Amino acid sequence: MNENLQHRIRKYLLKALHFVALFIAMAIICVPGLWVVLNSFRPTVEIMAKPPVWIPNELNLDNYRAMFGAVGEGGVPVLQYFTNSLIVSVTSTLIAILVGMAGGYAFARYSFKGKAGIFIGLMLTRAVPGVSLSLPLFIVMAKTGLIDTHLGLILVYVALNVPFTIWLIDGFFRQVPIDLAEAAEIDGCTRWQAFWKVEFPVARAGVASAGIFAFLTSWNEYALASQLTRSTFSKTMPVGLRDFTSEFTINWGGMCALAVLMIIPALILTFIVQKHLIAGLTFGGVKG
Amino acid sequence: MAQVHLRDVVKKYGAIQVVHGIDLEIQDNEFVVLVGPSGCGKSTTLRMIAGLEDISGGEITIGDRVVNDLPPRHRNISMVFQNYALYPHMTVRENLGFSLKIAKRPQDEIDRAVDEAAGILSLAEYLDRKPGELSGGQRQRVAMGRAIVRHPEVFLFDEPLSNLDAKLRTQMRTEIKKLHQKVKSTIVYVTHDQVEAMTLADRIVIMRDGHIEQVGTPLDVFESPANTFVATFIGSPPMNLLRGRITGDTISLTDGPLISLPPQFASNVADGQDVILGFRADNLMPVGHAMPMEGAYAEFKMTVNLSEPLGTETLLFGALAGKEVQAKMLNPRPLQNGEQLQFQLDLTRCHLFDAQTEQSLR
Ligand SMILES: Nc1ncnc2c1ncn2[C@@H]1O[C@H](COP(=O)(O)OP(=O)(O)O)[C@@H](O)[C@H]1O
Ligand SMILES: [Mg+2]
Repeated sequence: MNENLQHRIRKYLLKALHFVALFIAMAIICVPGLWVVLNSFRPTVEIMAKPPVWIPNELNLDNYRAMFGAVGEGGVPVLQYFTNSLIVSVTSTLIAILVGMAGGYAFARYSFKGKAGIFIGLMLTRAVPGVSLSLPLFIVMAKTGLIDTHLGLILVYVALNVPFTIWLIDGFFRQVPIDLAEAAEIDGCTRWQAFWKVEFPVARAGVASAGIFAFLTSWNEYALASQLTRSTFSKTMPVGLRDFTSEFTINWGGMCALAVLMIIPALILTFIVQKHLIAGLTFGGVKG
Repeated sequence: MAQVHLRDVVKKYGAIQVVHGIDLEIQDNEFVVLVGPSGCGKSTTLRMIAGLEDISGGEITIGDRVVNDLPPRHRNISMVFQNYALYPHMTVRENLGFSLKIAKRPQDEIDRAVDEAAGILSLAEYLDRKPGELSGGQRQRVAMGRAIVRHPEVFLFDEPLSNLDAKLRTQMRTEIKKLHQKVKSTIVYVTHDQVEAMTLADRIVIMRDGHIEQVGTPLDVFESPANTFVATFIGSPPMNLLRGRITGDTISLTDGPLISLPPQFASNVADGQDVILGFRADNLMPVGHAMPMEGAYAEFKMTVNLSEPLGTETLLFGALAGKEVQAKMLNPRPLQNGEQLQFQLDLTRCHLFDAQTEQSLR
């Protein structure tokens, strides 16, 4: 009896410890984000207060109002930046996903000459730190007249994302048994139909995660965008954040407000796609 | 009408040839089983019939059409895969109806066909589940259901039962046989299990290393195996094979007794020829524990090293001519290990093979 009780207590203690550890980890991950959200509703005095004010005295929408207000009074062309970000991110993600699907499928299903070499080459491009590309990219874009255009940024982000989407999607298609496509062909599908009606839906978790990754990369990218954009015509939201810095002051509240606007679409997207991510991959398709 | 004809069909993967010119005529409504050890080219042959593999040479016809270059969807065939290959993202209903949906059949026709197949295979209550929520046996039935909804001319099965446990396998074997009687169709069935082959087939095709060793009814291949490979592959326990030499009208077994030459082979052998004598356990029994033998038989002593009671009969392991030999005993009695018994060998049921070619001397 006694022994049983001891074991049970130990089990509860372990569980409690688990929760504490999880809470600490989550806090470390989440606090900066929550701090940004909190600060976007607070006046600068409170943001800058030392020691920090944890429990806010006053919450208001002043920062948001100012941000959407006239340019002279702390206003920023938010909608224009948002549109730019959206165009660039969505387009580059779509292209990266299409190329990634074609490439990933080819790597997963076909054997061809130089396959391993090409694959390693693709991965190596990811080994180059992004910032080190900024000068060469700037020169190329300047020569081709793509500085300060959506197209320029889209091309850059596609190039950044394609190796990753290919790699990820390849991994997912590898897990889809070839039998499934063959069964579909026997059931009357063309090769193309077998892909779209069977292999793609089964691997859609992989495509969705590759899509989220590519979108977030383009949505949040700052270093290259800050080099390749000049005007409101093409500046993306991360670059727009810099509008809140002037020579001597930084408008922390405004910056946080814009950052919140940036986070929201990313959250929504992740939320929508998440159910595809959880959906079991090929479970139950084969074997008993 | 759907005969399947293979004429000199060859398959090469690069320089490696895995199917060496197969000739096979499968009749309409016939249940043909391709059987052979793993890696002998059964699946490859089946997949060439299905159109999932290109053929490297020869000709395949289904019905009256040469299908060499037709894609699977134009061959009017169904296939049941070893791993079932159910579409995991579709319900059982959608899995069953998929082929008809692709063929753009009206929804009410699809529903009717799905319900019919679900009825035949007792799947009605699982129609709205996904394959992941089914047991192995149920998945197996869905895979078969998916094959039958289209009423194809030819069914192809690739080791459909090998992922099931022993009991379910026997049960599904019976169901497949019933299915064949219900949906009259040509069936080509691949297995490495000779029991499955014997119980299901109208005709068995025994393959080894990309060659066909023998084609015949289950009784044919059991009673008159064309060579020693078929003799040992078909039947359980495998046929006993002993080397010897013809001397006059006897066979002198190597390091063993003299046995008179089975009369049915008398005119097919030459004096001094090296042969292999084959006989099944059922035809070697201890005196007093067998049906009285009619016709020619040989008698000799043999030591029994081990016995396995099987109920109505007991399997005996003895040593003859330096090799382990299996015999049977009816009306069993307890035996001491190492006990010596007088055995009778039914010569009329013996087989004789040439020692070099290993082909039957029939
Ligand atoms: N894609 C392939 N490339 C090369 N060799 C193959 C391929 N597929 C099968 N083989 C070879 O062909 C032979 C027959 O295979 P298979 O038809 O699957 O045998 P089984 O009788 O067990 O079904 C095997 O030796 C196998 O290694
Ligand atoms: Mg096989």
